Amino acid sequence: MTTAAPLLDVRDLEVVYRTARGPVNAVRGVSFAVAPGEIFGLVGESGSGKSTVGLAVMGALRPPAAVRGDVRYRGEPLLTKSPAALRALWGRKLSIVFQNPGSTLNPVLRAGAQVMEVLQEHEGLDRAAAFARTVELFDAVQLPDPAGVAGKYPHQLSGGQQQRVSIAMALACDPDLLVMDEPTTGLDVTTEARILELVRSLRARTGAAILYISHNLAVIAQLCDAVGVMYAGELVETGPVAEVFARPTHPYTLALLRCLPRVDAPSAQRLLPAIEGALPDPAAPVTQCQFAARCPMAEDRCRREPPPLVEGLPGRTSRCFFWEKVPAPDAVPAERVRAASRTVDTGTAVLEAHGLTHEYGMPGRRLVPVLGAPPLRALDNVSLAVGGRETLAIIGESGSGKTTLGRCLVGLLRPTAGDVMLRGHTLPRRPERWTRSTRRHMQIVFQNPDLTLNPRRTVFEAVARPLELFGGGTREDRRRRAAAMLEAVKLGARYLDRLPHQLSGGERQRVAIARAFAADPDIVVCDEPTSALDVSVQAAILNLLAVLQDSRGVSYVFISHDLSVVRHLADRVMVIYRGSVVEEGRTEDVFASPRDAYTKALLAAVPTLKTPAET
Amino acid sequence: MAELLPPAANPLPVGPAAAARRWMALRRAAGAVRGSKAATVGAAILAVHLVLAVLGPALAPYRYTEFHMTHLLEAPSRQFLAGTDQFGRDQLSRVMWGARGTLTLAVVSTVLGEALGVTVGLVGGYYRGVVDEVLMRTMDALMAFPSILLAMLILTSLGHSPTYVVAGIAIVFMPRAARVLRGVVLSLAASEFVDAARARGERGWYILFRELLPNAWTPIIVDTTIRFSYSILLATSLGFLGLGAAPPSPDWGLMINEALPFLNQAPWLALPPALAISSAVVGANLLGDGIQASLRPE
Repeated sequence: MTTAAPLLDVRDLEVVYRTARGPVNAVRGVSFAVAPGEIFGLVGESGSGKSTVGLAVMGALRPPAAVRGDVRYRGEPLLTKSPAALRALWGRKLSIVFQNPGSTLNPVLRAGAQVMEVLQEHEGLDRAAAFARTVELFDAVQLPDPAGVAGKYPHQLSGGQQQRVSIAMALACDPDLLVMDEPTTGLDVTTEARILELVRSLRARTGAAILYISHNLAVIAQLCDAVGVMYAGELVETGPVAEVFARPTHPYTLALLRCLPRVDAPSAQRLLPAIEGALPDPAAPVTQCQFAARCPMAEDRCRREPPPLVEGLPGRTSRCFFWEKVPAPDAVPAERVRAASRTVDTGTAVLEAHGLTHEYGMPGRRLVPVLGAPPLRALDNVSLAVGGRETLAIIGESGSGKTTLGRCLVGLLRPTAGDVMLRGHTLPRRPERWTRSTRRHMQIVFQNPDLTLNPRRTVFEAVARPLELFGGGTREDRRRRAAAMLEAVKLGARYLDRLPHQLSGGERQRVAIARAFAADPDIVVCDEPTSALDVSVQAAILNLLAVLQDSRGVSYVFISHDLSVVRHLADRVMVIYRGSVVEEGRTEDVFASPRDAYTKALLAAVPTLKTPAET
Repeated sequence: MAELLPPAANPLPVGPAAAARRWMALRRAAGAVRGSKAATVGAAILAVHLVLAVLGPALAPYRYTEFHMTHLLEAPSRQFLAGTDQFGRDQLSRVMWGARGTLTLAVVSTVLGEALGVTVGLVGGYYRGVVDEVLMRTMDALMAFPSILLAMLILTSLGHSPTYVVAGIAIVFMPRAARVLRGVVLSLAASEFVDAARARGERGWYILFRELLPNAWTPIIVDTTIRFSYSILLATSLGFLGLGAAPPSPDWGLMINEALPFLNQAPWLALPPALAISSAVVGANLLGDGIQASLRPE
């Protein structure tokens, strides 16, 4: 960290939410400082309190949140300022960029007008001057045709463009401090790479201090100077980002780094070292190390008293009694848990597709056809074959048609042209004609764990329904089998009578996997099954998929935008761009020497854990 | 399958009966009633009506057809608490007897209309496309008629009988309920659990009634409660216009109609049935609004 006087100094920040169930400690004893021109990364999983810290340092938390501690901006305490004084700072000196630009921007105002409003309000510019400055700002955030974008409404812009407009708005008055809360989450990697580049150049140009909040360790590694790792409302480790990631001094940091699939350095293990267990109850009093229950290094002392934040290595802090004993991430060979040997059978294809094409907006779906609206070709002549026990990954960015492909494969969409073949038999073009025994062989796991299960049906009903449909048997019999399925996804029979809202996102995804496997399928299409989950949960789900593949001999079509996950799991990859296959091959070959220009760009854009200094 | 799954060591406890959980939405609605003052008052008013509907004939001092030829058009007195009509029939007894018929008509027609509308909404919202367009344009055509006109049209073409009153009101309500349900189903049908059901080859009816319907109970209950108040109004309006029950039935709407010629001599005659109608309407509205307000997420 720099020696200059910090622009933002946070000391012993505490945030308590008063809820119906009693007070909940969202943030406890968080201290850090950000110097001018520094990018400080705050990294943590969902529920770690990182976004709450972001709002608290803006002075933007209101009851039922109670904020204690000291937040100083240029030496002045922020928390005691009046709402009027804070409003004068917000947008002018302190700015924030949120994750979802779609809801940050007002949908009924043109992009330019929203930025101009800030300039007219805070800088007192007249309309013409505000417009000129807005165009300058749009140019600075590398929006194409800045004047044209200014005249557009948010829905006419892509997600990346919307995010650049909200960054331009945040920068309108040259703020000293910029809080960015997951600004690239949900954007494509190539868009993300451009936004990260933009943030770097902003820092260089304006010298603003940036608090960058993210769950993505690779993004933090690429962008930040210093990092704070949050767990269960506490900062468990801080320090310069290269040092923290190279030699963590807290077991949680180490666990996070190890459970991440690496695009640059794929491990030989088929299973990732996942972090078992769950976050502690935030409403419970703190009497021990918050991570102790999930920590492989925990000793009796960790369960007796909460460890203080200690300054271990120079410029570093760690909330661990045994920080010196934490091994380096690469030094620890994870136990070689390669499950039963898996032989990919590429000789006979389980699932094939020939010339699949799908157009949205086909006539015949409406009584009165919409005139002049050409059909949108989402999928164009895609052919593929998946062998036994093989994992074929479909890589693509949003709008590439990868989800459309997956839906055509399992008969959720009717292709405009082309055929799907199951074990050499061509299936009817109309999915309504597929027989149950066909359906039974192909299952799908979805991305969004929130609605993957019917909210009104128990776990038992969800898992037992395919058994009933395809196997029959008595209710007792199904109940026994459903319990066994839940064991197989590491949940256990006690989950049988729970409803989805009583489960976490990761647990719901496990139930969805159990449901897909209950029919004993040959092929499972996984449509971004982990992209809505935290990295530790993602590791556990990826492991589960690997184990199930080995024990049951299924083949996967694994749809993903996350190249690290794909590299970890897939035997072969297929890259699609605007509905067409641009490259296909063995995973190692494609990642080592991509031939197509788009694949190359995609691979280059993926952030890696290597900090820029190392490369 | 079987060889892949080892049998569990112990027999498992049997979970809560699925049927019990199907009433979850109703239980939530009951909780919502307790949580809202307006809904509590509304429920209390409707409870009085329910008691009248069940026990009215037993509690009433006289039969609804009992003539008292010496007491024609009498003002309220100790003997006839709400006065008598032109045949000397006790007006209070007639209102109490009439509760059963009027409320049954309203309840049956509401439930039938909701059931029809819910089915149309489910089918249209889930299947989309041509099916949806045909169904919903038909519903639009029905909705283009003012409620009372449509009901009158149906009754004058079919004939006068309580059965046709029920049918008429149900047809008036069907498009409105269909609209509500279709909106709910449109968003639900895009959920992954519906896709999962389709991917395992579930039949259409299963997806409609087992996957979608259970998630729509809350809006259905709210809609039914509010619709019930309109149903009372519509049923009694039809009675008032002479299209429903025939004399000497103590139908509330018909009673107001019969009291009309005597409004100058015996203005109290119209009051008991009018109070009965308006209190039932207010009760149902309070209940519906209250439930809706307390079920709305903050």
